[in-house]
Amino acid sequence: MALLTKKDTSLILDPLADNNPITIQVLGICSALAITAELEASIVMAISVIFVMGLGNVVISLMRDIIPSKIRIIVQLIVVATLVIIVDQVLKAYAYELSKTLGAFIGLIITNCIIMGRFEAFALANGPWKSFLDGIGNALGYGVILIIVGFFRELLGSGTLLGYPVLGDPIMKTGLFATGYENNGFMILPPAALIVVGILIWVQRSKNPALIEDN
Amino acid sequence: MAVDTDKNSYTVIFAAVMVVVVGSILAFLASGLGPQIKENERFATQQNILYAMGVNENGDDKGNVSQIPTDKVEAEFTTYIKEQLVLEDGKTTPDEEAYLIDLKKQLAAKKKGESYKLPLFIGEKDGKSSYIIPMYGKGLWDAIWGYIALDETMTVQGVYFDHKGETAGLGANIKMRYFMDDFEGESILDGTRYAGIAVAKGNNDPLNNTKDDNEVDALAGATITGNGVAVMIKESVNLYKDYLETIRVK
Repeated sequence: MALLTKKDTSLILDPLADNNPITIQVLGICSALAITAELEASIVMAISVIFVMGLGNVVISLMRDIIPSKIRIIVQLIVVATLVIIVDQVLKAYAYELSKTLGAFIGLIITNCIIMGRFEAFALANGPWKSFLDGIGNALGYGVILIIVGFFRELLGSGTLLGYPVLGDPIMKTGLFATGYENNGFMILPPAALIVVGILIWVQRSKNPALIEDN
Repeated sequence: MAVDTDKNSYTVIFAAVMVVVVGSILAFLASGLGPQIKENERFATQQNILYAMGVNENGDDKGNVSQIPTDKVEAEFTTYIKEQLVLEDGKTTPDEEAYLIDLKKQLAAKKKGESYKLPLFIGEKDGKSSYIIPMYGKGLWDAIWGYIALDETMTVQGVYFDHKGETAGLGANIKMRYFMDDFEGESILDGTRYAGIAVAKGNNDPLNNTKDDNEVDALAGATITGNGVAVMIKESVNLYKDYLETIRVK
């Protein structure tokens, strides 16, 4: 038997495009606006969320039969907060440098609505293996959008990628800046992320008309 | 499962058990990893103090901040930091563990009108003395802190900034080299007044060639964090004003 059945594969692949958490489910928008001014931060956040979501979905799925439905949201919140604190503490003890880079994201992961959204919509009703795949898939879908947005915002806003000046030096007027090109300061502000995400949603829906809802 | 998970009694018991389990896991983790975390923070403090006085592994390219590696930092710290002082009620006493003083707590004590201790470090590099002052202030979202190294003419030898939760790509850039390097060579004095260094938006000097204007170029999109840095510098140097006056070359 194959490791991944056809259904399993679609759990991972669907969120990357036709069921993307950001552009279709509209989950996780807040962090997508907050931390995408730089490509590096987007990548770090994407990796952190993949980790927490994969693990969190499994834990919630294992507990799904014993969680009282009246307090399930609180239980979900406690699970994700605990996981994040454990990761944070372990990193602080054994990878201090990395934990300093991640510091600002820790709080954002806990409040990331993608995580709660997938716990509620999937892990509470499915087995651990499927939940794990769903978690990884959705986190990947989220990460892809984050990285695309981060790429454009850093490139157009600061003229750099991963901190490396790809367009030349804006102060010394070298490279592209010699021709009179200027960085667009608006791109590094949060509203620019909304516009980039909006354009992505537009592109995606015009390529796949099935995604457009009837009114 | 046969349990009725909708019953009130079950909900209460579940919540209680969950709190105990999660609480024990976290308490166990915190006490297990605590010493290791403290050790890391101690090294980081030493690295930051040394960074401010110019003892670091920065290359000539204006790239990333690279500090003295943690396995070497303790030895380097004892080599370069000649004296650690504590200023308390106008008295100056040497203290080998001054760098462990938590400035945040001391400033809180000052606010309440209690007595407080201010740490200060005297370093020596290439025959030149640096007086390194710790700083603590507020950014946009959370705490910012750092160190500023001064010489006898109150010229900045170097700075180090860090933050708890400023926005990545905007306020978080205060810990980038291109921002910190700008402070080097600036004077914190305006005449004889401890004016600090303003993080100014319109100073039309992005390369920071003018070193006597008490200004460095601001970061785009990070006005409040930048203002926080300026306020932090000004408040910190004024806290140490009396001591600095004793060493200043007039």
